[in-house]
Amino acid sequence: MSPPTLVSGPHAHSMSTVSRAMLLVSLALTPATALGCYLFGWPAIFLFAITIGTAVGAEALCLRLARRPPARFLLDGSAVLSGWLVALSLPPWAPWWIGVLGGAIAMVVGKHVFGGLGQNLFNPAMVARIMLLISFPVQMTAYVAPAPLGAPGAPGFLDGLAITFGLGGGATGGFDAVSSASVLGHLSTELGRGASLEAIRASGAGLVELSLGTVAGSLGETSAALLLLGGLLLLVFGVINWRIPVSVLGTTAALATLFHAIDPSRYPDAAFHLVSGALMLCAFFIATDYVTSPVAPLGELIYGAGIGALVYIIRTWGAFPEGVGFAVLLMNACTPLIDHLIRPRIFGRSRRGKPLTLPAAGDSP
Amino acid sequence: MSTDYKTIARNGLWDGNIVFGQLLALCPLLAVTGTATNGLGMGLATTAVLVASGLAVSALRGAITTEIRIPAFVLIIATIVTLVDMAMNAYLHDLHKVLGLFIPLIVTNCAILGRAEAFASRRSLPAAGFDGLMMGIGFTLALVVLGAVREVLGSGTLFSNAALLLGDGLSWLEIRLIPDYDGFLLLILPPGGFIVLGFLLALKAAIEARPARTGTIDEAHERIQQVFTAGALLPGAGQRGEGT
Repeated sequence: MSPPTLVSGPHAHSMSTVSRAMLLVSLALTPATALGCYLFGWPAIFLFAITIGTAVGAEALCLRLARRPPARFLLDGSAVLSGWLVALSLPPWAPWWIGVLGGAIAMVVGKHVFGGLGQNLFNPAMVARIMLLISFPVQMTAYVAPAPLGAPGAPGFLDGLAITFGLGGGATGGFDAVSSASVLGHLSTELGRGASLEAIRASGAGLVELSLGTVAGSLGETSAALLLLGGLLLLVFGVINWRIPVSVLGTTAALATLFHAIDPSRYPDAAFHLVSGALMLCAFFIATDYVTSPVAPLGELIYGAGIGALVYIIRTWGAFPEGVGFAVLLMNACTPLIDHLIRPRIFGRSRRGKPLTLPAAGDSP
Repeated sequence: MSTDYKTIARNGLWDGNIVFGQLLALCPLLAVTGTATNGLGMGLATTAVLVASGLAVSALRGAITTEIRIPAFVLIIATIVTLVDMAMNAYLHDLHKVLGLFIPLIVTNCAILGRAEAFASRRSLPAAGFDGLMMGIGFTLALVVLGAVREVLGSGTLFSNAALLLGDGLSWLEIRLIPDYDGFLLLILPPGGFIVLGFLLALKAAIEARPARTGTIDEAHERIQQVFTAGALLPGAGQRGEGT
């Protein structure tokens, strides 16, 4: 008789695996990504492929250095998803080396120096985005107006290559780009120049365009409606729960409403904040990262509210027009503290950790 | 106590390197290593202090009683640092302006007090001086390596402003390695210092761990399974296991 194989518990399985979660998140991201690739054309598609490719390559390299089995960890899809999220947060016409650096930083500095999947303190995609934003502010804020695939004036396949790889010389490969400020950048600049809020909002994109995503911005964060759709899919499939998204969006909306009520000529309303920038992407796809968010329900609410408040504070009074990345990293840093203070109740024990006493049989009413 | 100069040298340069072995003196390390030149200047100043304080503490080790040794060491170190600070201000004025605050702060560099307490106060004069020199060289090497990595990746140059430190004769050291380079700004900033230091520490650990190569996690898992199954087949092992 062969010796029995060692299998550790739990023996009843919900079939909820890392790869399944990653696959569902990827599916939920697909609509917004597809729209981004369509709107910003070939350069965006090349950048997307380069970033994911580098992330997977960097993950394979790190696994090799750590002498771990590459296939098991590569096939769980976490590297693809991290690279994907980095790509979505980049300006769509960014040069190729931004994508390469982003993918590599996310995997090496953001994840594997801590020991790989499940060990990282900070969200890898946001680490990459913030390191790039601080190091290369020019390339990371060079937004272009949408030029959909096949539309007149949009770059073709070869122009796209020239833009991404800088072959034609100059920042955009000799191609005439219609550079354009993101809506939050526009707002921040114009408010700084003393313009009134009504005039700025009238000259910029409206709420409908912002929801649909047909505005200048990062590759995959422009379409609030499609990101919301993806987020709802995640909720329906039980990949995430409602607490973090609702507390992030709710806190930002509440602060925006409050300040809008105090001075409508200076502070935009809640709807504007909800549909602009990376807030939707953050609330459903980035803040909900299992590894870097608290485990207890109350902890999740505090964490989400912290992100929402920080996003609003940085957007309104900070030096950067968008604060999602910084907010997520700051709250990631607070996560161990939140987990320490607010622990989930252990099954069979009270909140204070004392064993629950069962009422004696026949005693209970 | 016999004095093994080879051990002292090895300890100062590699095993007990102030930065890579003991992780001391990180404040000046991160603050001044934006360029290799600044690292070299800081390293040389610290080396001078280490040698002089080692010699002074060792010479006075019979006169200083145990109870007041720490204030006495600090007094000696502060005197020497003040001398170095004034000398640099006089002869290397431009570099002194760059390193500024961090030269007087060598007084608070825990590595120097550490060497005085742990080594110089118990050893002979030549051994203490040699230890100070080796620790100083090790620290200088660490600062220059870290400064060079940050400078090349962060701004694309190497040994910029070397003429400030070494005189115009050595201005050929100033190299622009990557032309038209915008710079990876983060690496010049303090967080970049931490990140580069982390990778250099990992490199040192990898070099030291090289001979002891072990298998993959899968192989380890297999070995554990073999041990367990072998144990389960031994008479009596089953009963012992079931009880727990």
